[in-house]
This record gives sequence, C-alpha cells and structure tokens, in this order.
Amino acid sequence: MLLKLSEKALWVRKATLNIHRIAKETRIASSLSVVEILVVLYYGKLLSFDPKDTKWEKRDRFIISKGHGSISLYPILSDLGFFGSEQLDRVCMKGALLGGIPDPLIPGYETINGSLGHGLGVGCGVSLGLKLKSSREFVFVLLGDGELFEGAVWEAVMFAGQHKLSNLILILDNNKVCMLDYCKNIIDLESIAEKFRVFKWQVIEVDGHDIGQVSEGIKSLRESKIDKPKLLLANTIKGKGVPSLETDPLSHIRILSSDEVDTAIAGLS
Amino acid sequence: MTEKPIVLRDALIEQICIEMGVNDKIVFLSADFGSPRLDKLREDFPERFINVGIAEQNLINIAAGFSLEGFIVYAYAIAPFITMRAYEQIRNNLSLLSHTRDLNVNLIGVGAGLSYDVSGPTHHCLEDLIVMRTLPNIKLFSPSDWITTKKIFEYSLVNNSPKYLRLDGKGLKNIYESPETISIEDGFKEILTGIDICLVSTGYMTHTALDAAKSIGGVGVIDMFGIKPFNERLLLETLSKYSAVITLEEGFINKGGLDSLILNLIEGKRDKISYFTNRGIKDEYVFDIGNRQYLHEINNIDVEGVKNTIIKLRTCSDNLI
Repeated sequence: MLLKLSEKALWVRKATLNIHRIAKETRIASSLSVVEILVVLYYGKLLSFDPKDTKWEKRDRFIISKGHGSISLYPILSDLGFFGSEQLDRVCMKGALLGGIPDPLIPGYETINGSLGHGLGVGCGVSLGLKLKSSREFVFVLLGDGELFEGAVWEAVMFAGQHKLSNLILILDNNKVCMLDYCKNIIDLESIAEKFRVFKWQVIEVDGHDIGQVSEGIKSLRESKIDKPKLLLANTIKGKGVPSLETDPLSHIRILSSDEVDTAIAGLS
Repeated sequence: MTEKPIVLRDALIEQICIEMGVNDKIVFLSADFGSPRLDKLREDFPERFINVGIAEQNLINIAAGFSLEGFIVYAYAIAPFITMRAYEQIRNNLSLLSHTRDLNVNLIGVGAGLSYDVSGPTHHCLEDLIVMRTLPNIKLFSPSDWITTKKIFEYSLVNNSPKYLRLDGKGLKNIYESPETISIEDGFKEILTGIDICLVSTGYMTHTALDAAKSIGGVGVIDMFGIKPFNERLLLETLSKYSAVITLEEGFINKGGLDSLILNLIEGKRDKISYFTNRGIKDEYVFDIGNRQYLHEINNIDVEGVKNTIIKLRTCSDNLI
C-alpha cells in the first residue's frame, strides 16, 4: 500500500510539473509541498468521495483553503474520474475548465478559494452543520501556514475549539515559506502546535512527505475519541522534489522554464 | 395602519423564532449582537442559536458553511460591521460561491443610515447599499416598515440566494396596510400617486418622503424596498409619468447608491423626466452629535428640507405645477 502511494506521489509530482510547463501562472512550489497529503487522502482510503456524484451526502467535505497551492490536485481528480485527462493539457488555456487557481465550477472542489484565510471558517460552519444533522462525515480543510497570518483564521480556530468540532480535521501544510520570505522572518508563529493546543485542539505533528506518517496521522485523528477539533501539523518543504525551489525563500513566485521542468522531472526519476 | 412604531429587528426575530419551531433547517447566528426578543430564541433553540463572538468575518464564513449543508441561515450584526468588516468574506463565500451553489444566507444588518445617531460615524451606515450593490448574486432589501419586512422574511424561507436585509435601528410605523399589496419581484411600490414630481426613497426616508409629499400635494412617492433586484421595466414605466424625480436616501449620494440606481434607469427617458436631483449625505462623515432629526436637519434631508427642495424645483421650472 505504502509503495503504491509512493508511486502515486511520484506520478502526481511529475504531472504537476507538466501542468506548470504549460501554465506558468500556476504556483509550482506551493503545489509540490502538499503532494503526499493529497495522495494519502485520495488514494489511501482516508477520504470518502464519489467522482460521479460530487454532491453525495455521505462524502467527506474537503475544503481547500490554499487554493493556488493545490494544482497538484488536478491530476488526482482527473485520474479518479472527476473530469477527463484531456483537461490537464489545457490548464489556463482559453475556455479551459482548469485555471491557475481552482474554482467551484471544477468537479471535486467544494468552495471558492484564492484569497487566503477563508477555508477554515467555512469548514467550521460545514462541520457544525453536519453535527446538527447528526451526520457522521468528516470535514477536512487544507491550509497553508502562511494563512495563519490572517486574523479570520484565528477567529475560526477559537470557534472550532469552543464548539468541540471533533469532525473537523485541519491539515496544515507547514512549508514555512510565504511569498517573499520565510514565515518566521515575517512573524514567527512557533510553536504552532502549542497555539492550537491552547485553543483546545488535538494536535498530531508529522513529516508531511512521509506517506506512512501522514497516513497514520490522519487515520489516528479520524478514529480519535477526543472531543476536540483536530490538527494534522504536516511539516513540509515548499517546492519538494525540486532542489532549486526547496532552498529558495522566493520559491512561491519562481517560474520554471521547460528545460528546468525537464531537469526537475529527471531528478525525480 | 398602526400608529405604534415597531422595532423591525425585534419583530423579525420574533417571527424567525416562531418559524424555527416548525422548521429545523433554520439556524440563527449572531456576532454577539442582541435584542430583547433574542433571549427567547436563545432559550428555545440553544443548538440552533450560535453566538460566534465579535467576529463578523467568521460570522459570514460559518454562515456559508451552514448553508452549504442545506440550512437556512440568519446572520445578525450591526449593519456597518456585517457589511464592511466582513466584505471579502461576503464577496468570496456568498457572492462568488453562490454562482454555483445554493446559499440561503440572510444577512440582517441593523442600524441603517443614521439610525444609531449619537453613536457616531463608525456606527452610522451610509455605504452599505453602495458596496453591497456591486456584488452579483446577492439580493438587497431595505424595508420601510414591518409589513414589508415580514413579506421579505417569508421570501427568505423559500429563496436560496444570499440576501442582505438593511433594517432600521429605531421603531418605524407601518406604511403598508397588508402584505398582499407588496410584490417582492417588483421590489418597489408607488405608495402615493402624484402629478409632476416623484420622490423615490428607501427605508426610513420613505416616511420622510410621505410626510413631505402629503403636506405639499401633487407629489408622488415610490418606496424602493427591493434595491436588487427590482422590476426595471415597471419602475421606468411608473417614473415616466412624472417630469421630475428626486431620490432620498440615508446614505452617501453620488457614489452608486439609490440615486445612481435611479439615474441609470431613467437615462434614456430624460426627454420625459427632465429633472433629476438627489438628496442624502454628501461626501463627508457625520461627526455632529445629536438625535436623528437633528442630523437630518443639518444634512437637509428632514421633512422641511425635502419640502423646500420640492418647492424650489417647482419655482424654477415652468413645466411643473
């Protein structure tokens, strides 16, 4: 299983780089830090979904908050049948389904994103709504650590703790890099785990690129009997897999040339 | 027609509370904003009343989340805070998202215009209709009495778009006699038929318009309770009976509010409607301290000010009576 997921992650990383080759507007570094997280969720049987019925009542709700960093979800959704693979060759082209930042017209996306700091609050509303309906589905929210600079995120963090939103699993892509610098040079938020615990969250910290750890972490949070909202603090590397991006504090705005994409893919192989 | 002023938020909350008793899909969210009538609602429905705290941004996001799960949401806060503190949340998670999703979120903003008179400019709400008008997919209502508000509430239960309901902070007397005479689809009502001049007003200013028009004679009054959408064809047809139109609003003028809405509408009919002018708050915040009547007087939108505007217009024009 883990080997299979590792192979999927390699494939997703390559496919994401190939999307960036044709759509330079996409944020490649931000999309590479979440690959293992997305692979575990979608291929690791930890997220309920039905590609043929995206409004299926029994689906887990997956809310992407870091929109432009989720281009790596495109190949996954296509592979699983949410839309045809031909769409991957047309990202950002005239009339395409898939743009530089995903929108809710794309099958599989629950909400709008792009502007940061919105997903957790909406996720809290969905979570409480599901609880009120006595529904057993989970709400997953994918947030970037840079989004923690938005005040509205903390409004939601406090709300979730107060209301014991135990069906809410926040996955924090803690890649430690914003657009212009390392997060800690802008506002140092360490320790993130302690901050969430103070606000009455259950926290599990993992290596966000270790498929086993991510998988076990999510599984453990899903099965947890602790009556609190859950945080999977996934320590990741922005631009993971591409050495020139991994060490660059400006990786968020880096655009790779076709040659660089070739080199990056060759390096992955 | 009752003479007793009705505080719209109290009457509305009472109505919502009654409906919550028979409809378990309704949730009521507050940004730590109260009302005497809210106590019963909180007591009767502790699971479906949620105080999100002084956190308007989260209020909107939570509301969007609930509505995605099929709930009918009433989100309640002071008008300038719910519209402007949380504007991007409204834009993204209600206006944009409702392009593809049903989102029955009803924003109840209390404190229209200068109704929180002595609380000063942070609590005055002079921009809300302007900024909210720019957002696609959101319906805007600005009722002038309880009869209209109740009709809008009934509509809110069955219409799945986001809506903004701009309520006065003070009690208002009923203008309409029965809800049957009100059409939500039309969005307006000619409540007084005139001859030459028509006052187009919304909310509290409809009361001022009626008082001014009745004391002068020959002046019509149109109450715009539905700022968006409204029946453009019918409104244009109604306005075309008049040769002069004056808009009255408790909000900034020349910035995209009621005046702009009407001016854009009559653009092609200026051969018939030869005079247009607007009254409201000019490009300056109101720091003066005093009650609403005083603030209206100094801004020339009290009954006397409106009457003078009408008289002056008639004096200056040969075409008017």
